Amino acid sequence: MSLLILDGVSRSFDGFKAVNGMTLAIEPGELRAIIGPNGAGKTTMMDIVTGKTRPDGGTVRFDGHDMTRIDEAGSARLGIGRKFQKPTVFETHTVEDNILLSLRDDRGVFATLFSGADDTARVAELLALIRLEDRRLDLAADLSHGQKQWLEIGMLLAQDPKLLLIDEPAAGMTDEETARTAALLRDLAGDHAVVVVEHDMEFVRALDCRVTCLHQGRVLAEGSLAQVSANEQVVEVYLGR
Amino acid sequence: MEKGNDAVPAPRSGHTATLNRKTLLNTRGTIFLCVLAAVAVGVPYLNATGMLPDYAVSLIGKYLCFALLAIALDLLWGYCGILSLGHGAFFALGGYAMGMHLMREIGERGVYANPDLPDFMVFLNWQELPWFWWGFDTFWFAALMALFVPGLLAFIFGYFAFRSRVTGVYLSIITQAMTYALMLAFFRNEMGFGGNNGLTDFKDVLGYDLQSQDTRIGLFVLSALAVAVGFLICRAVVISKAGKVIISIRDAESRTRFLGYRVEGYKLFVFVLSAMLAGLAGALYTPQVGIINPGEFSPANSIEIVIWVAIGGRGTLVGAAIGAVIVAASKTILTGLYPEAWLFVLGAMFVFVTIFMPRGVLGVWDGMIDGMWRMRGMDPNERRLRA
Repeated sequence: MSLLILDGVSRSFDGFKAVNGMTLAIEPGELRAIIGPNGAGKTTMMDIVTGKTRPDGGTVRFDGHDMTRIDEAGSARLGIGRKFQKPTVFETHTVEDNILLSLRDDRGVFATLFSGADDTARVAELLALIRLEDRRLDLAADLSHGQKQWLEIGMLLAQDPKLLLIDEPAAGMTDEETARTAALLRDLAGDHAVVVVEHDMEFVRALDCRVTCLHQGRVLAEGSLAQVSANEQVVEVYLGR
Repeated sequence: MEKGNDAVPAPRSGHTATLNRKTLLNTRGTIFLCVLAAVAVGVPYLNATGMLPDYAVSLIGKYLCFALLAIALDLLWGYCGILSLGHGAFFALGGYAMGMHLMREIGERGVYANPDLPDFMVFLNWQELPWFWWGFDTFWFAALMALFVPGLLAFIFGYFAFRSRVTGVYLSIITQAMTYALMLAFFRNEMGFGGNNGLTDFKDVLGYDLQSQDTRIGLFVLSALAVAVGFLICRAVVISKAGKVIISIRDAESRTRFLGYRVEGYKLFVFVLSAMLAGLAGALYTPQVGIINPGEFSPANSIEIVIWVAIGGRGTLVGAAIGAVIVAASKTILTGLYPEAWLFVLGAMFVFVTIFMPRGVLGVWDGMIDGMWRMRGMDPNERRLRA
């Protein structure tokens, strides 16, 4: 059974149909790239999946749960990790605290108030993975843009989510960082389902996965990158001739 | 070295491989508590030897209540980013709860010598004690109410505000409206809290005469103790993992939500705790100044609390207490010398601090210490980790 299913999902803002009858399924462990022009409904789709925005119609099921009645924290607790386009880390916390706060653990007020031992080994492991061991005690604010992107990815991994939603990870990264990020995401797929929204076609090529092209709030084409790039409509609205 | 250890990053000098956890008492906190202890012992001593006039003891006691109130607001504003412009309301409610007990303690010694009804009720021709005054003849009930009533108001107010995701300026404005509404309500005689005269003419508390210097010194020492306890509670919260979540909410609320934390719950916890500490400060304030009236609910009072915290240094706890004492002491001195000038001076202080000392008095102090570390060739970051 699919991990995430969107069926006929719609949502309009002041009459503008940001998502309009979108139907999409993501399998467990799948790596999927989502492309599409601005306003195609990519961000709204992620907002709906994570409970930030309620759809006007249609069904959204994640791992057997109805996602239309769940808030952001609930979606995270069910196993959805979301990375924003602009790197969003806790700037006034140290790098290790950023990871610590993201680790799977009881999220309640009183549980954190009286929390005891920290999972030091897991933090060290994650810091090694995102190559920030030597920045462990620095404030996240002092990291470079690319390092913040990595830290945020590390925070998502610390949640150990079933599904990772990643919004334009390559934005603002150097070529080398971009290549490393693509390799990391390919590694992660399998253990986690990974959905990547991206504009950079080189990056999508490097992901080497199934591609979905959105347009005007619905799925325009789906298939391998070669198939999607060959689609007349996709070329028309997005890739250009 | 064993092979298994290779995955663990080499700790930096001076740090172990365990996660960096701040301690309850850092250097600054220890200095603060020592100064507080010195004041708690020194002021009564100077008073006993005649070097400090009697009135000064209650005056400094009042500053200590303000310090506790400022610490409470700093927990909320400095760490959780919620700017309450109505914190005076929680302080005043705590003050009223204690004032109600002190009114009942007067008993037959009032002008009308009514054993059950406070004077103002007899004056208004009330025949019996309203239900919301029941129980306040017992000290412990009143003391509990001084915490419970502000806590309950904060809970109800915060529950709806945070659930509806009211944040920023909008939240500040409705907290301001809350204290203003309470002020108007408490001004009315029909409310049963003494109208615009408030509650006053107190005689004694737990059998101790409020006019005697010994009782005043007792209240003063209790106030110092309350500041210490309030500080330690807030400090314990901010260094806990919950404290880290609270700071995360301040800096990146939506990231915190997407990590699975229910932001509303954390905000509500901090808001209620802060309101209860403010209530405690109010309960200690009333017997020391001898009166509580609706003026304590005035929006200007609540704004002044914010100015204390801003001047002392937001998000430091200690700074808030320092700011409260500096501003309150300046107010005492200036209103004595040039009563008309005070509000202008307060405004000027606020503008000056905002522009030239954005991290407050304590921020300037921190900058000086950082400079000293750099001169000795050390990284100030290392110090901050432990602070």
